[in-house]
This record gives sequence, C-alpha cells and structure tokens, in this order.
Amino acid sequence: MMELRRAAEPFEFYSRLNLTLLTGRRARDLAELLENLRSVPGSVVYHHTHRLLIQHQFLSPEPPNDFAYWASNILLEEHLGEELASIDLLRFGTIRELREELIRVIQNHLERASDVRAAPPGMEFFFMRSVSFILKTGLRAQDLKEFGDALKHVSLSSISYHVFDARLRLESGDNDFSRWIENALGESELAAKLRSLDPYTHTEEGLRGAMIAAINRRLGE
Amino acid sequence: MAVGLNQYIPVVGDGVVNELRLLGERLAGKRIVNVNSTRVGGGVAEILTRMVPLLRELGLDARWEVMRGTEDFFVLTKNLHNALHGRPVSFGARDAGTYDEVCTENLKSLDLDVDLAFIHDPQPAGLVRSRDSHSAKWIWRCHIDVSAPAPGAWEFIAPMVERYDLSVFSAPQFARSLDMPQALISPSIDPLSDKNRELGETEIQSILARLGIHSDKPIVTQVSRFDRLKDPVGVLHAWQSARKRVDSQLILAGGSASDDPEGAQVLKEVREQAGDDRDVHILDLPPTANLEINAIQRASQVVVQKSIKEGFGLTVSEALWKKKPVIAGAVGGIPLQITHKYSGVLTHTIDGTAFWIKQLLSTPDFARRLGENGHNHVFNNFLLTRHVRDYLLAFLFVADGKEDIVRL
Repeated sequence: MMELRRAAEPFEFYSRLNLTLLTGRRARDLAELLENLRSVPGSVVYHHTHRLLIQHQFLSPEPPNDFAYWASNILLEEHLGEELASIDLLRFGTIRELREELIRVIQNHLERASDVRAAPPGMEFFFMRSVSFILKTGLRAQDLKEFGDALKHVSLSSISYHVFDARLRLESGDNDFSRWIENALGESELAAKLRSLDPYTHTEEGLRGAMIAAINRRLGE
Repeated sequence: MAVGLNQYIPVVGDGVVNELRLLGERLAGKRIVNVNSTRVGGGVAEILTRMVPLLRELGLDARWEVMRGTEDFFVLTKNLHNALHGRPVSFGARDAGTYDEVCTENLKSLDLDVDLAFIHDPQPAGLVRSRDSHSAKWIWRCHIDVSAPAPGAWEFIAPMVERYDLSVFSAPQFARSLDMPQALISPSIDPLSDKNRELGETEIQSILARLGIHSDKPIVTQVSRFDRLKDPVGVLHAWQSARKRVDSQLILAGGSASDDPEGAQVLKEVREQAGDDRDVHILDLPPTANLEINAIQRASQVVVQKSIKEGFGLTVSEALWKKKPVIAGAVGGIPLQITHKYSGVLTHTIDGTAFWIKQLLSTPDFARRLGENGHNHVFNNFLLTRHVRDYLLAFLFVADGKEDIVRL
C-alpha cells in the first residue's frame, strides 16, 4: 500500500449550478446561426457546448454540443454536423478560442454549400445562456483516500465544475483535480492519468467511475 | 404524510440534496408567496403542493395563495389560455374590466408584503400592478405554450408581464421578445408522491379491479384533463384504428380543474364518440386520485399523450419514469422529454398515433428499451429536486445575480 501524503492545503469541493436564461434570439438557418455566434456572450457558447453533457447523459457518446445536433438532425447537414461534433474541446483553453473554431467550421461549410436550408418553424436554433452559481459543498480532502471518498459523494454538478468549468470557463488551463493531485500530493503520474481522460467522451457518471478507479489503483499500490 | 428532503437521498443521491440545503442557507428566512388560480387539478397545483413544503424545510418562509375569481373571470381566463395557445378569440374592453376587477378584489385580501412574489400563469399576472407598494421582486412563471398566440392574446398580458423582474418558461420556443430576463425551467414530477412512487403488483391489480378494468387485454392509456387541446377524441380514433389489427383496451383517465369550465362538455363528447364499447374506459377521476393514476400508468403497455398544444406535458414524464413507452404529440415541452425513437415516439397525426400504438404493442422489446431510456432521461432532468434547485437559483438571480458567474 502506498504511503498517504497529507496536503498542506486541502482540496475544497465546489459545485456549479446553472440557471438557463433564454436570450430571445433564434436562428433559422446557418447564416443566422453564424451571425449570432459572432455576437452572443461567451456564456451562450459555453451553454450550447456543455448542456447536453448534463441533460442527455444517456445519449453519450452522441455529439455533445447543440450546434452539431441542430446541424445534423434539424437542418440535415450531416457533413457539417459531424465536423462540429468532432471539434476537440480539450484543445481550447478559452471560450473565445472555441467560439472562433465554431465560426471557422460553419463559415467554411457555408462557402462550400450550394444551398442553405432553413429549419421548420418551431425547430429554429434558440440561443440560451447559463448563469453559473458557484458554491462550496463543504466536502474537502487532505489526502488521496479522502479525495477518492469525497469523489463518490459529490454531485455530478461538482464534478463538471472542477473538470469543465475550471479549465475552460475560468481559464485555469487544467482540471482542478489533476492540478491539486500533482501540486499538493506530488502524484504527477496519477494527475496525468486523470488529465488524459477525455471528459467529453464520458457521461459524468462514467467519468466519476473512471477517476475513482484510477485513484483506487494508485491507493492499492 | 409530509415528505422530507432526506427521503430523496436514496433516489437522487446525497450530493444533490446537500446542494439544495446549501442554496437554502443563502435564502434562509426569505418571504416568498406563490400565487395561482386553483388549489387542486392540473400540473401547477400539483407541483406547488410538493414544492412549498420543501422550500419551507430548506429554510425559506414560503407560502401558497390561491386567487379568487368570478365565473366570468374564469371563462375569460380560459379563453385567454386557449388564445395564447393559438385559438382565435377577441378581447374587448369588457374583458379587460372583468380581469381588472378580480385583480383589484384579490389585492385587498392577498398578503404581498414579501421578498418575492412568484406568480403562476396568466390568471393572477395582473397582481403585479401592486408592485410599487411593496419592495418585493416579482417572477412570472408561465406554464403554457405561448410560441404562437392568436392575435391580441399576448398583447393582453404583455403590459403586465413586462413589469416583472424575470419570466420563466418551460420550453425554449416559448421565449418572447421582451426587455427582461427570461429563464428556462422545466417542471418536474415527484418520485415519492402517490402518483409516482413504486407500487406492488397486488396493489396495482386491486386498484384496477376497483375501477372495473381487467388486465386480460393490453392497456393503452391517456391520462389528461378532458380538454380539447389534449385531443381525447383523437386518441379514441387512433386507438379504434389500431385495434383493427392489434387487440387492446383503452383508458382515458382524467378530470377537470376547477378553473376550467369547458371540461364537462369535452367529457360528454368523448363519451358519445365511444358509445357502448366495453373496451373503452372513460374515467372521470377526482384530482385526488393519484394512486389510481399511478396504478393505471403502471398497468399500461403503451401510454399516449396526443396533445395538440402543451405547456410541458408532465404526464409524459410520469409515464417515462414508470419505464413506459410513450407516444406523444411533438408540441410544447414534449420534445424536451422524448427523443424520437430513442426515449419514446413523437407523432403529429391521428394516423401516426394509430400506427405507433400497433407498432409498440407488437414489438415489446423495442417498447421496453424506449421506456428505459425515457426513465433515465427523467431521472437526470425532470425530478422535483432539480426543479427546486432551479427555483432557488431563479430567486438568487432576481435578488442580486446579474453576472454570468456568481460566487455564493
């Protein structure tokens, strides 16, 4: 069994709870989608690239972003839908970069496209944004065992905050779990393992399971 | 029996309940009054019955008041409801007068000296005119489909709605062009209520026997108020057409809410259309018949919700929670609950509904998979705990949240 190292600074589990706001903006076709995408707040881009991860867990590994879903299933632009779905969100450190990539992909498609389809009434793309409330859950961990135990109990919102929001929305460049495990516990190898899990291809419950399994393996060494 | 928050832990996990308590601490002692227009019948009353005690347990000083109205007022608001759903109705000065009078009368007796007034649907929307005399924040909760209102209908309520701090809709396509924040909050079902809790097979069978239903044939069910927008006659025709190929019995179970004067007429029409067919069970149930609804849904092979217009269609979530394959109209909030051919079936016509009734009765394995996927989707999105959380966030939002990221 490995020797447990106590961290000087405990890991504090936060949670992020989203309220969805309707912007009143809608797009009927790709040109309107593009036009709005250039001007909407970053919280809109965040919402539509992360919402399905939370709300449609059972669909995984279906395309996790609304733009891809709308292009494929409503506009029947399957080529574009596939391109949008396969954007690797882990490549981007900020919402701004992600937005630029979405715009680039749609623009390229529009330049090639011979005609532009419109969505049927009621099936337009409705732009929404997330207002995120961040709060301490009261759960904390000072060593790897406590961390693994807490991870079993926190809500999925807490996991998605530390994995998605911390990295992309708060622009910390890494997920919070890996950063603490590396810096506070000196467990670089385990940190790298958690970092290498692509959170966008797991359901959050699946991600929780994969992380707990990696931690348990390390604890058992 | 009052249900406490801890009882939800086995269903949703302790992390979710813990978050509700943390949010509750931020809002402890806040005085919140909910106002709607009926104590019983319909989804709104049902949600408030469960929601208000939980808000109180979380430390909020939450109340629920029901506005009183005259017969003329409820005829007008039913017309308004239908018109917001797109049926042409014109409104004149007399209607505005009736509406104003009832609001004035209610303002005399309602205690609106609160931190937050949470007003449900168009009937009490006009109470907002008193906002200048109180310091409360105001939220208007719209439970109905306002995506394509008849001319004049939205204009009737818009001047009132625009005075609120936040409006809340159940589906993205209901959003209006308004100079105010609009939130998307889906309603929910309570997994511990009599309508949704687990029931044993013996209990189900004894309830069915009491209702005069034998389970010798597969059961196709629609649970809904007898309301034209729920198209009970269309369901009957679809089932009659399906039965020519696959034998089954049909249950149309519902009642009428006290704020809906049209219900009795629709019920009469359905009875006439059904004639003396012994395989059709038309059950006019009281609003308290929750166990009966639960048993009927659980005993069904296929559940239908053939709405023509729908606010959200909570009966869909109820049936999905019970792992039933659901065939439902692709309107209002129903597409949020059903992904076609994955977690249910979306239809647009009577013929389409008939086709899918036959199909699902004949392919039980496929039907079972639809039900299981639907159950998972409801688990993740449409349980009461998620709904309480969204309301708490909405309260925090109107209190002081104007940024995209709020640290509590």
